[in-house]
Amino acid sequence: MHSIVKTILERLGLGVLTLFAVSIIIFSAIEMLPGDFGEAILGQRATPETVAAFRRQLGLDQHPFVRYIQWVLGAIQGDLGTSFSGRNASGVDRSREVVGLIAPRLWNTMFLASMTAIIAVPISLALGITTALFRNSVFDRSVNTATLTTISFPEFFVAYILILLMASLYPVFPSLANVDADTLIGERVYRTALPALTLTLVIVAHMMRMTRAAIINLLASPYIQMARLSGASQLEIIIKHALPNAWAPIATVIAFNLAYLVVGVVVVEVVFVYPGIGQLMVDAVRTRDIPVVQGCALIFAVTYILLNLIADIIGIITNPRLLHPK
Amino acid sequence: MNKKNYINHLSGQLTAGQIDRRQFMMSALATGLAVPAALTLAGQAVAAAPKRGGLFRFGVAHGSTTDTLDSATSENHFTLINGYTFGNHLTEVDNNGQLIGELAESYESDDAKTWIFNLRKGVEFHNGKSFSSEDVLASYGHHMGEDSTSAAKGLLTAVKSIKADGNHRVIFDLESANADFPFIVSDYHISIRPAGDMTSGIGTGGYIVQSFEPGVKSVLKRNPNYWKEGRAHFDEVELISIIDPTARQNALMTGEIDAMDRVDLKTINLFKRDPNINIMDVTGTAHYTFPMRLNVDPFGNYDLRMALKLAVNRQELVDKILLGYGAVGNDHPISTANRYHNSDMPQREIDIDKAAHHYKKSGHSGKIPLSASDAAFAGAVDAAQLIANSASKAGMEIEVVREPSDGYWSNVWNNDAKGWCACYWGGRPTEDWMFSAAYTDDTKWNDTNWKTTDGAKKFNRLVKEARAELNEAKRREIYYECQRLISDDGGAMVPLFNSYVSANSKSVAMGEVAANWDSDGAKCVERWWFA
Repeated sequence: MHSIVKTILERLGLGVLTLFAVSIIIFSAIEMLPGDFGEAILGQRATPETVAAFRRQLGLDQHPFVRYIQWVLGAIQGDLGTSFSGRNASGVDRSREVVGLIAPRLWNTMFLASMTAIIAVPISLALGITTALFRNSVFDRSVNTATLTTISFPEFFVAYILILLMASLYPVFPSLANVDADTLIGERVYRTALPALTLTLVIVAHMMRMTRAAIINLLASPYIQMARLSGASQLEIIIKHALPNAWAPIATVIAFNLAYLVVGVVVVEVVFVYPGIGQLMVDAVRTRDIPVVQGCALIFAVTYILLNLIADIIGIITNPRLLHPK
Repeated sequence: MNKKNYINHLSGQLTAGQIDRRQFMMSALATGLAVPAALTLAGQAVAAAPKRGGLFRFGVAHGSTTDTLDSATSENHFTLINGYTFGNHLTEVDNNGQLIGELAESYESDDAKTWIFNLRKGVEFHNGKSFSSEDVLASYGHHMGEDSTSAAKGLLTAVKSIKADGNHRVIFDLESANADFPFIVSDYHISIRPAGDMTSGIGTGGYIVQSFEPGVKSVLKRNPNYWKEGRAHFDEVELISIIDPTARQNALMTGEIDAMDRVDLKTINLFKRDPNINIMDVTGTAHYTFPMRLNVDPFGNYDLRMALKLAVNRQELVDKILLGYGAVGNDHPISTANRYHNSDMPQREIDIDKAAHHYKKSGHSGKIPLSASDAAFAGAVDAAQLIANSASKAGMEIEVVREPSDGYWSNVWNNDAKGWCACYWGGRPTEDWMFSAAYTDDTKWNDTNWKTTDGAKKFNRLVKEARAELNEAKRREIYYECQRLISDDGGAMVPLFNSYVSANSKSVAMGEVAANWDSDGAKCVERWWFA
């Protein structure tokens, strides 16, 4: 077990390094964005003098390197700075802490992502295993066709079809998922049902086909032949012999899809008016609210790195060969 | 009492239960109405009577994470509606566009410089404090003074002092005369709050704030002690920020909300097919303009300006840019929603012959650049192309310059580098306010630089004169002349007034709808009811 702890620590260290590199990329990418927050917010009132004063007030006149160091030092201490917006023409400073702005939205996003994962992951695994079991049957083909169809449509289209079917024609679920901090858990699940279903339809195909492919790939290996010759049933072969070796690619693809659920569902958020982090980031980009954009981007990077790390670890633990390297 | 008034009076009695249906019919028939007409009238009167109750959910196209309950920072339609729902002001613009007292029972002035407001008695704030002159003083103090950062500070710079005269009378002393002062105090920023608490959302309004999440929603409950009669009919209210138009329309169609603002014009014809939805279209004060700067060649030339104004096909712009949801403008910024809109002035129509005549007289030749970007308003570039197209018939060559959206308001609009561009104005509730924002010679936003011509000089004199004039008829005369001067001599081409297009479920009922702001003067919550 000693070696696995060492591996995890190694990966974590690498993760921190990656995050550092990502922070540089985020910062310089935003530096290169066209447009200026002052002009975006001042609109009709933007004269060169007011814009200059505004930039001074926000500290944008400092050298980018200085601003980067300040930002990174703050971020390490959990302080992502203060939002730019809110310091508008009326002159009242009602800008909010980026952390306070992001936290409730992040919680909402995590809730939707978890709910989708709870529905989608078991379905994908079950479908993946059964389609591998009944390969090339009518069942296999119809499941493949159906999931490929849903993944091929853009998210908003799937979302609107679901709204049409389940909110308009047969009103089962609400078309607005406007939850707030006081929404009770039952109500929350009910309100987020349609967005979660939409996302499920969008991600199931990827995970299910990866599971199926990984298992089928292994079914051609000599050790499976051996098991088959020794009289194991097909189900036994898949669950006991093939699956343990298939976990690594499956975990990777699940991690990839979970990360997508956290960072990439802005379209679904907009369609269902769900107050998630994606919408917050898009709004922030539109108003050039740099601290919020940077904060969101950093959180997205952390999500990717952590989920990939977990997938790697699952891959190592479930695979005896990786667990006990020579 | 003439016949119409008499029948209105009867309808009132019928709805109030003072007479029954039979008596109504008898009396109505006595005036000479036919039976079916009298029956319909009785039905309408009963249907129009407001009913109490229900949860009203309104989908607002605005809302930001930086919104607050402090009216000094109010700037978008969400905060506007929210503010008018839980707070009152000294005066209010009623649903017919007339100014009436709200927390002030009455107001008076002899010279337009000293204004006396007599406050309503027996009004209570949501926290139980009774309303008196100290609250007015504190609420105005919040927007005034050196270190005030209120958005309404500019509106109140002319106020020299405010004094309380007893508990229920307040006297405003102004630097210079302003006949519109009672109108200004109805502004959504200047909400009356209890002294000592300007920011937590305590007001005297028909609804009490239960919870408020900036950029998401506001939940309110009916104020059982609301002083205003015949207002605030819903029991509970939710204002929900739904910025995406498709999501907003979906929510209305699936019954998740009861009403919404800003219908997407691109899909309005499909949206209209829903049998449960009512589309409402109100011409407000917002307008699209194409200001020409008089100090930039060739726009100093009167004939050239006139030629361009005559070469625009206004109706085509309304039909194509606003898809019919708007009204043609007459090259001045005063809308039919304003009190002194000049209805005597003939509407300027496209007249290619006259345009060609003026163009020839101007002696100009060559291209005329017109800068446009959709940052000015949605469809601005298309509108510029349409103008160029119709002007070409009169022999004028307009070159449409597509400008970047970024920095449009600093590099293009109100900038001597560009002589002519597209622009958007939200409009102002009073004539004086609109003129002083963009047309008088002392405003920075005078985007036409119309300052030195004889017409402009006369205009500036008249605007000052009107401020001190308390006689309605005289003011009307002066403002009519001001509009004529801008329309004729000014540099602004004002071809379009865009409508507020909103939608509501047919279960929602309302009386006459105000045009001073979108959503029934932003007071839909206190004015509407469930039929």
